Amino acid sequence: MPEDLERYRRVMENAGLPPKIVEEALRRLEKLPREVWGRFVEEVIKDYESRLVEPGEVVGVVAAQSMGEPSTQMTLRTFHYVGIRELNVTLGLPRLIELVDARSKPSTPMMRIPLKGEYAKNEELAKQVVKEIEELLVGDLTVRYEIDPFEGQVILYIDLEQAERRDVGLEDIVKALKKVRNTDVFLDDPEKGIIRVVYLEEFSYVKLRQLKDKILSVRLKGIPGIRRAIVKKRSTGDGIEYYILTEGSNIRAVMKVPGVDARGVRSNDVFEVYREFGIEAARQVLIDEIVGVLREQGLDVDIRHIILLADAMTFTGRIRQIGRHGIVKDKKSVFARAAFEVVTTHLYNASARGEVDDLRGVAENIIVGQPMPYGTATLGAYFYMREPRGKQVKR
Amino acid sequence: MMAFRLGSPPRYYIKSIKFGVLSPEMVRKMSVVSLTVPDTYDEDGSPMPFGLMDRRMGTLEPGQRCETCDGRSGECPGHFGHIELALPVIHVGFTKHIYNALRATCSKCGRITLSDEVIEKKRRLLEYIKRTGNYLRETGFYEKVIKEAAKATKCPHCGAKKDKVKLEKPTTFYLVDERNKPIKHLSPKDVREWLEKIPDGDVRLIGFDPEVARPEWMVITVLPVPPISVRPSITLESGERSEDDLTHKLGDIVRTNEKLKSTIEAGSPQMIIDEHWNLLQYHISTYFDNELAGISPAVHRSGRPLKTLAQRLKGKDGRFRNNLSGKRVDFSARTVISPDPYISINEVGVPVEVAKILTVPEPVTEHNIDALRQLVINGPEKYPGANYIIRPDGRAVDLRFVRDREAMAERLGPGYIVERHLMDGDLVLFNRQPSLHRMSMMAHHVKVLPYKTFRINPIVCPPYNADFDGDEMNLHVPQSKEAWAEMKIIMRVQEQMLTPRYGGVIVGALHDYISSAYLLTRRQTKLDRFKAALILGMANYKGPLEKSEYTGKELFSLVLPKVDYEGEALMDIDPEDRKVVIKEGKLISGVIDHNAIGDQKSKTLLHKIILQEGAEKGREFLDNLSWMLLMFLDMYGFTMGLDEEDLPEDAKKEIKKVIDRHIKKVNEYIQMYREGKLEREPGATLEETLEQKIISELNMARDESGKIAERYFSPNNSVLITAKTGARGKMLNLTQMTACIGQQTIRGERIRRGYLNRTLPHFKPGDLGAEARGFIKSNYKEGLRPTEFFFHAMSGREGLVDTAVRTSQSGYMQRRLINALLDLHVEYDGTVQSAEGFIIQYLYGEDGIDPTRSVGGDPVDFDEIERRVLKEIEVKASA
Repeated sequence: MPEDLERYRRVMENAGLPPKIVEEALRRLEKLPREVWGRFVEEVIKDYESRLVEPGEVVGVVAAQSMGEPSTQMTLRTFHYVGIRELNVTLGLPRLIELVDARSKPSTPMMRIPLKGEYAKNEELAKQVVKEIEELLVGDLTVRYEIDPFEGQVILYIDLEQAERRDVGLEDIVKALKKVRNTDVFLDDPEKGIIRVVYLEEFSYVKLRQLKDKILSVRLKGIPGIRRAIVKKRSTGDGIEYYILTEGSNIRAVMKVPGVDARGVRSNDVFEVYREFGIEAARQVLIDEIVGVLREQGLDVDIRHIILLADAMTFTGRIRQIGRHGIVKDKKSVFARAAFEVVTTHLYNASARGEVDDLRGVAENIIVGQPMPYGTATLGAYFYMREPRGKQVKR
Repeated sequence: MMAFRLGSPPRYYIKSIKFGVLSPEMVRKMSVVSLTVPDTYDEDGSPMPFGLMDRRMGTLEPGQRCETCDGRSGECPGHFGHIELALPVIHVGFTKHIYNALRATCSKCGRITLSDEVIEKKRRLLEYIKRTGNYLRETGFYEKVIKEAAKATKCPHCGAKKDKVKLEKPTTFYLVDERNKPIKHLSPKDVREWLEKIPDGDVRLIGFDPEVARPEWMVITVLPVPPISVRPSITLESGERSEDDLTHKLGDIVRTNEKLKSTIEAGSPQMIIDEHWNLLQYHISTYFDNELAGISPAVHRSGRPLKTLAQRLKGKDGRFRNNLSGKRVDFSARTVISPDPYISINEVGVPVEVAKILTVPEPVTEHNIDALRQLVINGPEKYPGANYIIRPDGRAVDLRFVRDREAMAERLGPGYIVERHLMDGDLVLFNRQPSLHRMSMMAHHVKVLPYKTFRINPIVCPPYNADFDGDEMNLHVPQSKEAWAEMKIIMRVQEQMLTPRYGGVIVGALHDYISSAYLLTRRQTKLDRFKAALILGMANYKGPLEKSEYTGKELFSLVLPKVDYEGEALMDIDPEDRKVVIKEGKLISGVIDHNAIGDQKSKTLLHKIILQEGAEKGREFLDNLSWMLLMFLDMYGFTMGLDEEDLPEDAKKEIKKVIDRHIKKVNEYIQMYREGKLEREPGATLEETLEQKIISELNMARDESGKIAERYFSPNNSVLITAKTGARGKMLNLTQMTACIGQQTIRGERIRRGYLNRTLPHFKPGDLGAEARGFIKSNYKEGLRPTEFFFHAMSGREGLVDTAVRTSQSGYMQRRLINALLDLHVEYDGTVQSAEGFIIQYLYGEDGIDPTRSVGGDPVDFDEIERRVLKEIEVKASA
C-alpha cells in the first residue's frame, strides 16, 4: 500500500500541487476505497488547476480592495477587552491603520506567554511567574507624595497593604531608591510607610518635580515594560492549561524567565519581533495581527490578501509602511509617486536627477492615457496592417 | 481621434518619459517672443506686442489667428515666450539641490571636495549601482557623497579654504564660519558662477544628470512664459476681462524686471538694485509656489492667495489627482436608480431619453446595412435612431442638421460608421460610488425603458451597496468592440457574482426572496396545478405539468439545476425541516433560506451551482428563482401587522417581573458598592467592577425578556419568519419591538454625561440605578418614556457620528493600500511582481489559487471530489 501512496504523492507533486494540498489529499486517500484512488487524485489535480490565478491578474489591487472595502464596516471603538474585560487592547480600524502604518510602537503592546511543564498545569505556579514578570514601580505602591520645596525633598506615603500583597518590604523600596543619584533616602516612619528622599544638590522646584518623576518610576521588581500580567486558562485535549497575557511587551526578558515556554512566546509588537527574530517572524506577526483584527470584527477576508500585503511590506528585509514614507516612496516611477502625495517634491527631484519613467505601472499609464501592461493587456502583439493606400507598414 | 474609435490600435505608445530642467538656451529656443511690456491689452482691447498676451503666444478668441502658426483657437496649441531677467534668481524648488551642490564643492575650482582617489572610487560604485539597476541605493549614495564632501575644510584639488554654506530659507545663501556666523552673502549671481564651475563628472556624483539638469540651470536667467492657452483670461458677463492668476504673477515679474533693468542702467547704488532684485526673487518664487514657508503668499486684489504653478499640481483638486489620475469622459450618463425585480440581474433599465443621447459606433457591413439605414432615417429624435454618421474619409456628419436623411441613408455603405442610439442588449458599464471594490463597476445589458430612472434588479444591490432612497449611479457606453468583448467576458454581473474577498457569492437572494423561499419550501406548502403553472411560468419553466398538486419543494426542484447539495437551514422554526438535502436537482428535505441562496456567503447552494454549472447557469437559476419566488409571495400575501408585535398580558407580566428582578439585583450591587462590600475584580477598579456587573445584569434582563417574548410568537409571525430565515433583521429587533429595548450606551459604557452627577434633571444626583443611566425597560411597540427616549436618541446619534468619522478614515486607508499595492501582478511564471520587477511572492498566496475561485478560501474542494468519485463507483456497481 505505501508504495501506492508514494506513487500518488509523486504524481501530485509533479503536477505542481503545493505540499499542503498533497498532504491533505493523501490523508483523505487513505480513508477511501482503493479503487477510487486514481480517480480521486485525477480530480484533485483537475480541481486545483481550474482554480489557479490567471497570469496578469492585478492581485495587489484585489488585495487592497478586499481589505479596504470591509474596513468601512469596522467599529471605531478603540478599546475592547480581551476575555473577561481584564486587558485593554486597541482593535478595529485604529489597530488596522496602526499595522499598515508600520508604527514603531503599538498603542497597546501585548504578549501571550505559554508556560511549560508543571507551570502550565498549576495555577499557583503560574501566578508565581506572573509575580516575577509583572513590573512593579515605586509609583504603583505610592498612595500620595509631597514635594517639599523648602528642604528640597520628596516625601512618599507607601501603601503598606499593597506592598505586602506584592511581596515588597519597605527596606526593599529604600534599597531601590538608594540607586537614584544625588539623593539620600530616609525611612521616616516604618509604621505608616513614610519615606523621605532628600536632594543633595542645589535644588529648584522644577528639579524636585523631575526627581519625583524619577523616584516614582524606579522599578522594584518585574520586567520593564510589562505593565500588567494575568493568568488565563484554556482547556486542551488533556485537561486545563494555564498561560499568561500581559499588557506591555518585552520578549527578550520574558523568554528568560523560568517556567516560560520560550518557544511559544508571542508579542503583538511587530517591530520588537523584527528586532528580536528578524523579518520573517515580523511578517508572520503582521499577518496574525491583521487576521486577528478582522476576525474579531467578524469580517471574512481571504488570507491570501493579507499575506500579499504583509509580503509587500516586508520583502525588502525591512518593514515598510503602506504610504508616503514606505512602499510608495520606493517606487521607481516618478508619476506613481507624484500621483499619491507631495507632488512637487517628486517632480523637482526627478528633474534634477534626470530620472526616466518607464511607464510600467498602473498609475503612470493612467496618467499618460495608455493601457497598463496587466490583465488582458499583459500580452502584446505585433502585426502588419495594410494602410488605406495599400502600403505595408510595420508596427 | 475619430479614426481610432473603432478599436484600430494606436500607432504609437509612449515608452518612457525623461525629466529634466530647461537650460537658458532651450528656453530661448522654444520662445517666440521676449516679453518686456507688463501689460495685457491696450485701450482698444487688442493685445500689447511684447506684452503678456502677445498674439505670437497663441490665441483663444474664435476668429483670430495665432501670429506664429496661423492656427485658429483650438488648432493652435500655444507657444512659449520668455523673459530675459536682468539679474539671475534662485529657483525655489531647487534650493535644496543647489545647497547640496554648494556644500559638496569647492567655491574656487568647482570640484567635489574629496580626493581624486575617493572620487574615482565613488564613480565606480555609482556605475555599479546603475548597472545593477538597484535604484533604491542611489539616493543614499548621493547623500553620502555630499555629506562626506561637506566635511572638508580645504579643497584637495586647488587647496583653497572651504567655508560652510548656509541656506536661509527660502532662497538666501551665506558662507559661514565654524560658529555659523555669516562671512559673506552669496547672491544668485555668485551661486550661479560657482555652480558653473562644477565639472560634469563631479555633478553626476552628487545626483545631477548634467545632460538634462546642470546645477547652474537651477538659477534662473531666462524665465519661460507659458502660452496663453495655459492661462486663459475669462470674460465676465459685464464684459469685464479677468486674467488668470499666472498672468497676474507674470505681469509682476515683467514689471519688476524692467524696473530692475532701468535701475541698473541708471547706475543706482547697489542697495537700490538689491531691493529690486529681492523683489524679483520674491515674485518668481511665488510664481512657482505660493505656499512657501517663511514668505507671505502673493494675493489677488480681493485678498485671495493666488493659485500659482505648484498649487495647480498639488492636492486633491490639483492636476495630478484631479485630471491625470482621474479623467472626465464622454458617453456617460447619471441619474437616480430605482428597483425593477422583473429585469434580469444582468440588465439595467435605461430611460429612452438617455438612450437617445448615448451612442454606439456601428460599422456598416452588408449584414446590417438595412437596419442601419432605418436608424439613419429615424434620425436623432425618433428612437431607435442615430445621431452621427462617420464617412469613410473620417468626417462626421451630424444628423441633426441633415435635411434629407433618406438620401443620407441611401449613401451608406461599407466603410461608413453609424453612431446609433443605445439599444436593448448593448453592454454598458454601470457604477456606484464609492467604488470600493471591483464589483462597484459591472457590465449590464441595456434594456430601454420608459420613465427617467435607471432600473436595476434589487438582487445586485449588495455588490454596489446601493439602495433606492435617492441613490444615483453612472453609466458608461464602451466605444470599441474590444472593450465590449472584455466587458462581456469578465465584467458582466453574472461573472462577478463571486467575490475575491472571501471566495463566496456576493449576489444572492435577499429580503422577501428569502421569506418567500422559506414559505414555498416548507413542508405544509402545497399548490394546485393552476397556481403551480403561474409561478412556474414566471420562472420560465418550459416542461410538462403532470401532477394535479405540487408541493413547494417539488416546484423549487423544477428550477434547480442538477446538483447534489447537503446543508443546514438557518431557521429553527421547524427543526425537522432543517437538514437540507438535494439529490440530482431534487429538493428531498429541508427548507431553503439564507443559508442556501442568500447573499454574501460561501459554500451555499447558490455558490455550488455557480462553481459547478458555471456563471451563466448560476445567473439563470437566480433570475428564474427570484421571479418564481416573487410570484409565490404575491399569491401568499406576506405582510406584517402591528398586532403581531402584541404580547398577551401574561407575557407582559412575566417580562416585567424578570426586568424588575434584575433591576433589584443592580440596586443590590450599588448598595454593596456604597457600603464598600463589593469585591474588586482583578485588573479593574471598584467602579469598573460595579459597571461590569450592572451591564451584564441588565443585558441578562433584556435577553431573558426577549426569550420570554419569543415563546409567545406564533411560527407564522412575519417578523419571526424574516428574522429566523435570515431575510431581514435579527431576533433582537423583534424582542426590542415587543419586550424590552435594553441598555443604551455611549462609547461602550452606560450613559453618564449630562448634568452634574446625573444624566437628566429627572434623577437625583449620584443615582447609579438602571433607569438613571440609560436602561430602557419599554419596547418600541408600547413606546418609550421621555427619559428613555432621550437616552435612545443619544445612542442613535453616537452611531451616526461614528459612521461619518469612520468613512473618512477607512477611505484614506484604502487609498493608501491601493496606491501601495496597485502594481503587484501575477507573472506567467506564477510569481507576484511589482512594476519594477521585484518579486514579492514566488507563488501567489503560497498556493497559486485565485481566491475568487476558491471555496471559501479552500484551494481544493476535497469533500465534493470525494462525494463525486464515491458516487461514480456506486453507479458502476448498480449498473
